[in-house]
Order: sequence, then structure tokens, then C-alpha cells
Amino acid sequence: MIYLDHAATSMPKPPEVGQAMVEALGLGNAGRGAHGPALAGLRTAYQVRCQVAEFFQVPGGAGQVVFTAGATHALNQALVGLLSPGDHVVTTAAEHNSVLRPLYQLEQQGVELTIVPVDQLGRISYEEMERVVTPRTKAVVCTHASNVTGNVTDLSWVSRLCQQHGVLLVVDGAQSGGHLPLSMENMGIDVLCLPGHKGLLGPQGIGLLCVRPGVTLRPLLVGGSGIQSFSHTHPTALPDGLEAGTRNTPGIAGLGAALAWLQGQGPERLWAQTQERLRQLYEGLRAIPGVTIYGDWSTFHRAPVLAMNLEGWEAAQLSDVLYEEYGVATRPGAHCAPLMHLALGTGEAGAVRMSVGHATTFQEVADTIAAVAQLAQEG
Amino acid sequence: MREKTLQLLITFSSTVQAMSMEAQAHAAGLPGRLIPVPTAITAGCGLAYKAPLDSRAQLLELMAEAGLEPEQVVEMLL
Repeated sequence: MIYLDHAATSMPKPPEVGQAMVEALGLGNAGRGAHGPALAGLRTAYQVRCQVAEFFQVPGGAGQVVFTAGATHALNQALVGLLSPGDHVVTTAAEHNSVLRPLYQLEQQGVELTIVPVDQLGRISYEEMERVVTPRTKAVVCTHASNVTGNVTDLSWVSRLCQQHGVLLVVDGAQSGGHLPLSMENMGIDVLCLPGHKGLLGPQGIGLLCVRPGVTLRPLLVGGSGIQSFSHTHPTALPDGLEAGTRNTPGIAGLGAALAWLQGQGPERLWAQTQERLRQLYEGLRAIPGVTIYGDWSTFHRAPVLAMNLEGWEAAQLSDVLYEEYGVATRPGAHCAPLMHLALGTGEAGAVRMSVGHATTFQEVADTIAAVAQLAQEG
Repeated sequence: MREKTLQLLITFSSTVQAMSMEAQAHAAGLPGRLIPVPTAITAGCGLAYKAPLDSRAQLLELMAEAGLEPEQVVEMLL
């Protein structure tokens, strides 16, 4: 199989990830008691928080790193925890439904929502963003990189705009974390939401919510905390205050092993390797008559995804044939990003997304290009 | 009944602070360990760092250098 669906989840994971998860089954419940196994679980969580804080340069360090069930959980926690009826929030048409749906729900509850459009190449209108962000805006919520086009948002520009108006910047790093340089400190990010299982190479079921000191979020979940049991309210201190219930310690341990592997390999080297495969895929596919590639490809500073269609083929059918006849795993459809697809003109049929990873080989990309070329001749 | 001795107890507002304390104290070769917070103390995170009384100055100095803020520093018969 040629796996080109790393944007959905990366594979294979480094072997150390599974090993760490199995070993973590022997750990106690982190934060429940102070016996050896419980403290060992807590030490594991602490160590991984430190790794995350270093990797993403989280202001305030390990104490500001919250574990979640994934990026969707992190984004819901961030948005529901931050916004109240009467608040104004700005987002973009480049967003995934994990941003849009919580915001639509909040809009029903009285939050004022403004969506900045994207053009036919999926580029965010910064002019429009500048016009709609005002001092009465509570937050700007935007993706670092589109999960459809791979276009990268100019977060430094958005951050400056937010700082000018005293507005919080919430970033969805689902497609950039582990693939592109991402620093909360340098980019002026207030809240960063990440999945553990994509570019970070960790297991599914673990995500990250990194919160700048001073930003207060109401907890999405309350319940067991292991402390202050007679209080009617959940403790507020981070990270425990946003981690009600038993933590996913095997997932945390797996993520820690993945981060250690990434650091050991050198993230910059892996990014360069992945970008090279993306460039090869792009150059090969665009030379095939009938292929349409979506997005702004004037730069290769982008997430390693490529959305395409082939004339005469419906996206779902093309993806199915690519897998069944050529063993190429791709993702057809709307990719949970309806506004982006509307802007691209791909409609409800969407497109076929191919996403490479650091382990994708030259030959795999060459074979994929050859498969599409053959199907183009059929069409 | 087990005989009690006066001990130093340091409590924290979050488990991350407690973990950081343990890691840094042990790295510096200072004595002590994390224990469940005794009922008599109202503490944030459920863990306290217990150490001999004579290590107080060194532990507090280490905490100041590391930017660790104790919730409470008490002496208690344990």
C-alpha cells in the first residue's frame, strides 16, 4: 500500500510509540494518590508536558500544557471556554468543522460570529480580516494551515493585528504541528490546539491545548480531580483544572515517545524531506492533462497536503480506484471543510486529498503519479 | 502508635509544580519526597513535598531559583 492520508492520521508510527504505550499500561492513575505507580503516571505526564512546552515554545512552560482527547476536544474547550453571549469572534472560511461547528453552536447562544472569506485559491482575505477585527472582538480563531489546500496562514500578521486590538489569537495547528515551525512565543499565539496523531506521530486519542498564562478558560468537562472533593466546583489551576477525569496515560506516553523520536531525528530534516515529496507530487500531477490542483502553490512553505480532481472522474470514485487498483490510500470528499470547498468551487463532491509524510518515498510518489496518468488516459 | 517527628511540608497549586519540585530537588541531590497532603492542610493539588526540617533553606532557595511558588510551607508532626 502507498499511504497518502497522513493528514487524516500519520503512519507508520515510530516503534517506540507503541512500546511506550504498552509500558504505560503498568502506570497508576496520574494525580490519584501518591503511591509509586500513581506518581510514576504523573511523572510521565509531567515529562511529556515539558517536551511539548519545549517543542512549541509554550509561554509559561509545562504547566500551560493541557492534555485532551484530540484537536477537536482542544478546540471545543478553547472556544466554549472562552466565548460568552455578546462576544464577537472572527474566524476564516479556511477552517475545519472542528472550529466552525463549535462557533455555529456558540452563535446560536448569542456569540457574534464573523467569517473572513477565502478566494478561489483558498487564500484568506487579510484585508477583510483587518476590517472586521476591532477592539470589541474577543478572539480570532484560525488554522495555521488548511487541511484541504495546505495553504499556510500568515500567523505573524494575524498576531500583530490581534495585539493591536487586544484580541486573543486561537490557532488550530492540526495540519502544521510536527510539519512546520510552530512557536507560540515567536508567533504570538494565545491558545494552540493540536492533535497528537498527525504530524506529531503519536497515537490517536490524545491532543494538546496550550494556553498562554493569563488566558482563562471555563472548563468544558468537570468531575473527578483527585483533590478538593468536597468542593462543588472543579479546581481551576492549570493544567489539572482542564483535565477532569482520568487522563489517557498510554496516549500521553505514546505522544512523549513520538516527540522524542521527532527531536532525535531533527524536525527540520523531516520537514525538508516531506516537502521534497510534496513538491515531487505536485510537479508530477500538474503535468497530467485533466488534473486540477487546488490552492496557492506559489510557495512550498505549506502543509504536506494536495487536493486534486481529475477530469471525467468523481472524487470518491477516483479515490476508490486508486486504492483498489493501485493500492494508493487517499481521502476524497469535503474533508470537513465545507466553506473552503465552496470557495474552491469543488462543491459537495469535493476533491481527492493526497497527503505525504516523512516516510513517504520517491518511488511511492512516482507510482502515484503514474497511476493518475494512466487513469487520465482512460477518462 | 508510631512516634511523630516534626517535618517540613511544601504544598503546591498544581501537580505540575509538585512534579517540577520533585525533579529539581532530586537533581540537586536534596532530600525529600512527594506524599499525599495531610487532611490538616488545605492544599491545591493533593501532593506535598515532605523533607527534613534542616533542608528548608536549601529547598526554598532552589524553589526561588526555579521560579516555583509554594502554596504553603509548614512544619508539621508526621
